[in-house]
Amino acid sequence: MMMASNIRPEPPAKTGERLLDVKGLTIEIETRTGPATIVDGIDLHVDKGETLGIVGESGCGKSLTMLSMMRLLPNKIKVTKGEANFAGRDLQKMSNSDLRKVRGGDVGFIFQDPMTSLNPVMRIGQQLAEPLIYHRGMSKAEARKRAGELLKLVGIPGAEDRLDAYPHELSGGMRQRVMIAIGLACNPQLLIADEPTTALDVTIQAQIVDLVKDLRDKLGMSVVWITHDLALIAGLVDRINVLYAGTVVEDAPVDALFANPSHPYTQGLLASIPKLSDERSTRLSSIGGTPPEPGRRPKGCPFAPRCPLAEAICHERVPSLEGLGQDGAHRVACFVAQRKLEAA
Amino acid sequence: MGAQPLMRIENLVKHFHVRLGAFGERAATVHALDDVNFDILEGETLSLVGESGCGKSTTGFTLLNLHRATEGKVIYQGKNIVELDEKAMRPYRRQLQIVFQDPYSTLNPRMTIGEAVGEPILFHKLATKAELKDRIATLLADVGLPPRFASRYPHELSGGQRQRVAIARALACQPKFIVCDEAISALDVSVQAQIINLLLDLQQKYGLTYLFIAHDLAVVRHISDRVGVMYLGRLAELATREELFEHPLHPYTKALLSAVPEADPAHERSRQRQILQGDVPSPLSPPSGCRFHTRCPIAMEICGKVVPEWREARAGHMVACHAVTEGLPG
Ligand SMILES: Nc1ncnc2c1ncn2[C@@H]1O[C@H](COP(=O)(O)OP(=O)(O)OP(=O)(O)O)[C@@H](O)[C@H]1O
Ligand SMILES: Nc1ncnc2c1ncn2[C@@H]1O[C@H](COP(=O)(O)OP(=O)(O)OP(=O)(O)O)[C@@H](O)[C@H]1O
Ligand code: SF4
Ligand code: SF4
Ligand SMILES: [Mg+2]
Ligand SMILES: [Mg+2]
Repeated sequence: MMMASNIRPEPPAKTGERLLDVKGLTIEIETRTGPATIVDGIDLHVDKGETLGIVGESGCGKSLTMLSMMRLLPNKIKVTKGEANFAGRDLQKMSNSDLRKVRGGDVGFIFQDPMTSLNPVMRIGQQLAEPLIYHRGMSKAEARKRAGELLKLVGIPGAEDRLDAYPHELSGGMRQRVMIAIGLACNPQLLIADEPTTALDVTIQAQIVDLVKDLRDKLGMSVVWITHDLALIAGLVDRINVLYAGTVVEDAPVDALFANPSHPYTQGLLASIPKLSDERSTRLSSIGGTPPEPGRRPKGCPFAPRCPLAEAICHERVPSLEGLGQDGAHRVACFVAQRKLEAA
Repeated sequence: MGAQPLMRIENLVKHFHVRLGAFGERAATVHALDDVNFDILEGETLSLVGESGCGKSTTGFTLLNLHRATEGKVIYQGKNIVELDEKAMRPYRRQLQIVFQDPYSTLNPRMTIGEAVGEPILFHKLATKAELKDRIATLLADVGLPPRFASRYPHELSGGQRQRVAIARALACQPKFIVCDEAISALDVSVQAQIINLLLDLQQKYGLTYLFIAHDLAVVRHISDRVGVMYLGRLAELATREELFEHPLHPYTKALLSAVPEADPAHERSRQRQILQGDVPSPLSPPSGCRFHTRCPIAMEICGKVVPEWREARAGHMVACHAVTEGLPG
């Protein structure tokens, strides 16, 4: 009764057509001492049918970047520069009513914190049905039926019975899967998933990854998947962006990133992953120091205070994201990595 | 390891009564935990793994008497703590801490981070007012947060930063035992490594005991002395780390181990993962006999009828499965 799954279907048709194009997005926060930069002119793009993985240190601005695109930033935090284009339209300039139509419809969102984004006093079936009624014009009965199917798709046992549960009656992983079901409900063109599987065990993680792959291949859905679990997304994503202190420090096709991680921060991240073969209690390697706080960025490369390879120039100038190799598809923002490659 | 049990769990049962239907017209029972038996040894890290919804968090909550046990005992320092009321529980509260799976819902939104971490210190008189600020700063530094975070509110933190505040708050109590419920799951690998190193250091220094609930098997393998595998409200297997990873006996454990992803794209794309077929049964009406029999690749007739006995198959290696013959007489 065991089933081998996960033979990769034909890769989705990538048209090279930009679906999401974020340019120079800068996010600042009001503090007592004036505005402080959290996200510093970030550039991101996702093509139609493409899956982009985003990794980066806790607190580096992953969630705020995604929230800002949908104009869901909390008080005191604002986009001060840049644009975020979805299917050719700038989300920052769209009218509120147009934006509401996109949000939860053509752009599905899976938030990081289920407990804060699920309504605690509303049954989950109703929370799943709402976007279907609003965006896809379903009747209540149709929406309830579809809600049950969605819960089943994300592997919640006894799905029909669980439609009537309140969020607190579900386990942590079930709540997270309700969020995933809501994000996928309307068959979005773009799915933005912020740490969507942190509470799920490996078997269900694999099932969710397969589900997303499936939708991507069938519907040509594009995906932005924020995670710290590089192993999990290794077989899912086409490209990975590594964020540090609110900027992209490395952008590479997934194979290139694992084969040849070039930014010292990326190298540190990969070295910190515990292996199944490790001995117990060996100390895990971790990157010393802490990332800069908003408003306290160092002058040059933001990673310089923690970088084992830092040189004089790193404390003076900010490295820009430059393509390596012939096709330039592997880009890195690091003086040393760029020089190494030029020499090679 | 020959350590003494810190806690002994006997026949623990937890059922939730819920109402179903659009108007809550149908009553039903969630069998979250049924007849669970194990010891937690002093100074060890015991991990609990298993599918989402199998009852790991419920175990943690019920052990600490945060949920009322439906039946069974949890013996700690000679007392069955699950029958104590909140007042009688008070002397144990500081010693027995939990880092919740959902930090946001457990941090008071109107309390600054400094207040949240400082509150238990003052409440249990673990430092004077004059020492408090330093103590808070040290705890925050331990979890990799700068001291200035003390004046922030929970909503002003990222997901991983909040999770670390919850850990600092539990450590502030200088506990003997901590239930870490997915306590590091929202952290990137580098910060995760830092927190794991911290937990192991504290364990060595103060003999702390951990019940570590996690889904990342590489992390579990890294930090555990023993590992328990749960399936749908029951323990399926419990053994030392080496035994469990090298000699898994239960078919569910074997399936679980085969699903671990690796940081290698080519391997991930081509791998043959064994995904268990069949739906996870609903805990509202769990299968009879062995609860795994609806999905077990080697299920036999007896499996649907008789609950397999929880027994020691090899030295210190507990399992509940009819197909395991090791350790049986004859
Ligand atoms: N409301 C807020 N007020 C002040 N600072 C905030 C607020 N929200 C977030 N921040 C800060 O902005 C930075 C970026 O936060 P963000 O939530 O985007 O991080 P993240 O990359 O998603 O991290 P994680 O992996 O931990 O979820 C963090 O340092 C955080 O402390
Ligand atoms: N307060 C509650 N009321 C009703 N049912 C509940 C309640 N809390 C938990 N349950 C149910 O008990 C079962 C076990 O839940 P539990 O939270 O212990 O699972 P878990 O193993 O921690 O899962 P996860 O890995 O997803 O966090 C689930 O079916 C859940 O829906
Ligand atoms: S630019 Fe310099 S400091 Fe920055 S990552 Fe490269 S070597 Fe390190
Ligand atoms: S008792 Fe039977 S159904 Fe249960 S795990 Fe063992 S063989 Fe499979
Ligand atoms: Mg985040
Ligand atoms: Mg849980």
